[in-house]
Amino acid sequence: MFQRLPDIRGDALSFTIDGKAAQARAGETVASALLLAGVETCRTTPVSGAPRAPYCLMGVCFECLVTIDGRGNQQGCLVTVQDGMRVETQIGRGKRELGR
Amino acid sequence: MRNDYDFAVLGGGLVGAATAYGLAKLGLKVLMLDEGDVAKRASRGNFALVWVQNKGLGMPAYATWTRRSSDAWVPFARELEDTAGFAIHHRRTGGYHLALTEDELARRAAMIARLHNQPGVAPSEVEVLDGDEIRRRLPEAGPEVAGGTFCPLDGDVNSLKLFRALHEGFARLGGTYRSEAMVDVIEPGAGGFALSTQAGRFSADRIVLAAGLGNARLGAMVGMTVPVRPVRGQLIVTEKTAPFLDAPVSTVRQTDEGGVMVGDSQEEADSYDGMRQGVMAVMADRAVRMFPRLGRLNVVRTWSALRVMSPDGFPIYDESPVHPGCFVATCHSGVTLAAAHAALFAPAIAAGSPPSEFDDFSLRRFHVSAAA
Amino acid sequence: MIELGQVAHLDASYDLVVIGAGPAGLACAAQASAGGARTLLVDENAAPGGQIYRSVGATPLRARRDILGADYWTGEELASSFAASGAAYLAGATVWQVSPEREIGLSKDGSARLIDARHVVMATGALERPFPIPGWTQPGVMTAGAAQILLKTAGATATGRVVLAGSGPLLWLIAAQSLAAGRSFSAILDTTPKANWTAALAHLPSFLASPYLAKGLKLLRRVRREIAVVSGVTALEAEGDGRLERVRYVAGGETRTIGADHLFLHQGVTPNVNMASAAGCELVWDDLQLCWRPKADAWGRTSVPGIAVAGDGAGIAGAEAAALRGSLAALDALDALGLLPGDEKTRRAAPLRKTLARYDRGRGFLDALYRPAKSFRTADGDTIACRCEEVTGGQIRAAVADLHVAGPNQLKSFLRCGMGPCQGRLCGLTVSETIADARGVSPADVGYYRLRSPVKPITLAEIATLDQTEADVKAVARG
Repeated sequence: MFQRLPDIRGDALSFTIDGKAAQARAGETVASALLLAGVETCRTTPVSGAPRAPYCLMGVCFECLVTIDGRGNQQGCLVTVQDGMRVETQIGRGKRELGR
Repeated sequence: MRNDYDFAVLGGGLVGAATAYGLAKLGLKVLMLDEGDVAKRASRGNFALVWVQNKGLGMPAYATWTRRSSDAWVPFARELEDTAGFAIHHRRTGGYHLALTEDELARRAAMIARLHNQPGVAPSEVEVLDGDEIRRRLPEAGPEVAGGTFCPLDGDVNSLKLFRALHEGFARLGGTYRSEAMVDVIEPGAGGFALSTQAGRFSADRIVLAAGLGNARLGAMVGMTVPVRPVRGQLIVTEKTAPFLDAPVSTVRQTDEGGVMVGDSQEEADSYDGMRQGVMAVMADRAVRMFPRLGRLNVVRTWSALRVMSPDGFPIYDESPVHPGCFVATCHSGVTLAAAHAALFAPAIAAGSPPSEFDDFSLRRFHVSAAA
Repeated sequence: MIELGQVAHLDASYDLVVIGAGPAGLACAAQASAGGARTLLVDENAAPGGQIYRSVGATPLRARRDILGADYWTGEELASSFAASGAAYLAGATVWQVSPEREIGLSKDGSARLIDARHVVMATGALERPFPIPGWTQPGVMTAGAAQILLKTAGATATGRVVLAGSGPLLWLIAAQSLAAGRSFSAILDTTPKANWTAALAHLPSFLASPYLAKGLKLLRRVRREIAVVSGVTALEAEGDGRLERVRYVAGGETRTIGADHLFLHQGVTPNVNMASAAGCELVWDDLQLCWRPKADAWGRTSVPGIAVAGDGAGIAGAEAAALRGSLAALDALDALGLLPGDEKTRRAAPLRKTLARYDRGRGFLDALYRPAKSFRTADGDTIACRCEEVTGGQIRAAVADLHVAGPNQLKSFLRCGMGPCQGRLCGLTVSETIADARGVSPADVGYYRLRSPVKPITLAEIATLDQTEADVKAVARG
């Protein structure tokens, strides 16, 4: 698990992870927000179906791919989480689907 | 003097590897000599089609040769997979060529008709389909598709797995492969050929020049003028995508791993690395108009490679008139013709000089046109 | 600074395009702009700072300046100098192409654009050296740098049993920052080879004269007082079934296992060379730092005219040196653009070079001491080398043994390694070094992946919107 330090303040916002309500702070990335919401495994790979989680958080490794507002394979660590954003993990959906 | 090898194949791309594999399969002692890691390899830039429908306008023998290779592919793929020990995903599903305007469709249909009207070419199996029929057969095809042509003989393969399988199979059949062994000098002698390479000297009873564009340089050493020039092709590949296309389209296909490949441009150019962004734009634009939902896919890589083009665009198979036992093989369809090179060309040269069926592919056709 | 919201607001061409808003890029863009160059700074992140000064203007730790330490906050000055400059700034954008002709492909929020630059400075920074150990792809395993980014950007740390493993100055800094935040680690597994000390001692005198010594000692003392440090770790394994559960390690010839909820790995940083390489800049193998870097002169000029590199992307030298190298690149750009009179460039560079030399002095010691062991730089058996295509060290070694693969490009054709979305950033070094190890030669003889654009993802639809000429159409739509 990851936790914010107790004296950290910031504007709270709401988004969803796989349809369930979650909270984040303004300025956090989608990948950070997922980790802080206790969601670690964000996808399974298109090659073997192995589970993966964010690894570098700096846009290099492409492990934190998630579906954001209906668009698949977005790098969660490069997108700032927004109020009302719909984030979906890609567990069991390793390959990008057309139209998503 | 006894030579080290029965055959040396100069070139480790698809043409060289298929020929070397075919020769090794016959029980011959074969050496395959290759460049280093950064080779200007056409084999790394192909579109992986095993393609028949539009091949041979202007040379009926090429239409026949392509069709024979397509037929040979089915048993060849099975046998290669057995030898190499892994799947190469060859499929003969039939293949489509799509047109985005009525005019494009009409020109395509007329070209196919002209091809099959040539004497000696087998009757056409190509269907001309309207846009609605294409959309019925390929549900992801979009409203801009005006129609297309379909040939049941067409198909594709995982060309990287084919490439590796040929190398793996060649090794398992006892062949010797040397990389970083570009041939500097060929010395023809009475008893065979001595080869000076970056990796040392080798000798072989007979040799095959299969070095793509490098055949021009090598041919000059053995009395053959091999007029090949580079024609650049650009390719785009996307991230891995859930299956959406069961049969290849001439410019869009999906690999067994899921990636969507978009091809294939042609322009006269000699820079291997050079790419024109505008050409990519046209390729992407056409692909998205054909299959609109591809638009959202991320492109993982674009690249270019150089086709090995002869003056008339057809393959070259010949034997040096000055130094018998030295053969040349050059084409720009290394995937489609891989089965023919392994199963037909290799046995033909192993048995002696190329039989008369190869006459149409001889270098002599260029001498005639030069004189005229 | 003039912040541009979208690619449509970009000019068609700039005197100078700087790529990356870390210390090198910020310093370069601010000075070039002050010198009269029409400058654009493009960055992938939402705010300036790069990774080292990540979120320096927006971190939730503003009220707790002690946690990240004084060095971090020096980034504020760089960011504010840049903010006060006249440079254009495009944040949250990706540069997916820089051609040798300096045509730059950019994309932001799904819109792509091609612009031209008379001069380009790539300040693409560093990334953490790959750390291919068994089980390193499992959830629960992250880079130590990622843990630090969480701290900087969200004020967050890991809870539960946390193991930090590896080697290098950043490892100790991260440990100290976590302690300052009130969070500790179960253990630090130090993989620094003990034999490195001998080689490092030769560089000790210059290290003593460098600014690194005092900082380093303070860090080490603090961390060693509060966290159990296991030295001389020679093997590591992340164990678990679908998620990290334990870390197995070998130290002093003995194998031990500790339960772990998180494992943070780090063994130094290496230049992020993908963009430079794809632009055609020649790479050289740096045998001291064990990495590829663009061949560059003292101004950062690469083998491609008009394209320079600055900062850690040009060779690892740290944040302070990066800013100085960014300034040098700015002077060279101004000179090349005809904006500096006579030998003004050399005159203004002199004090910068003098300061740079002080930082350079300490590097040799750090490079020698923190040189990772070969067993942690290469992959073996079932250990994954290429995370995207899931290619193992064993497969790479078999391809070298059975198919006589000479280098990474033939290997790529055979095994697909390096063909995934990360474009070899996470496997390139491992693959070069593993082939070299299997062949018994230097990585310099093996080479690196040939990289092509797009160096960052762009959609097919975005490419489709780029300009097409009649010749382009003819090259594709044939009768």
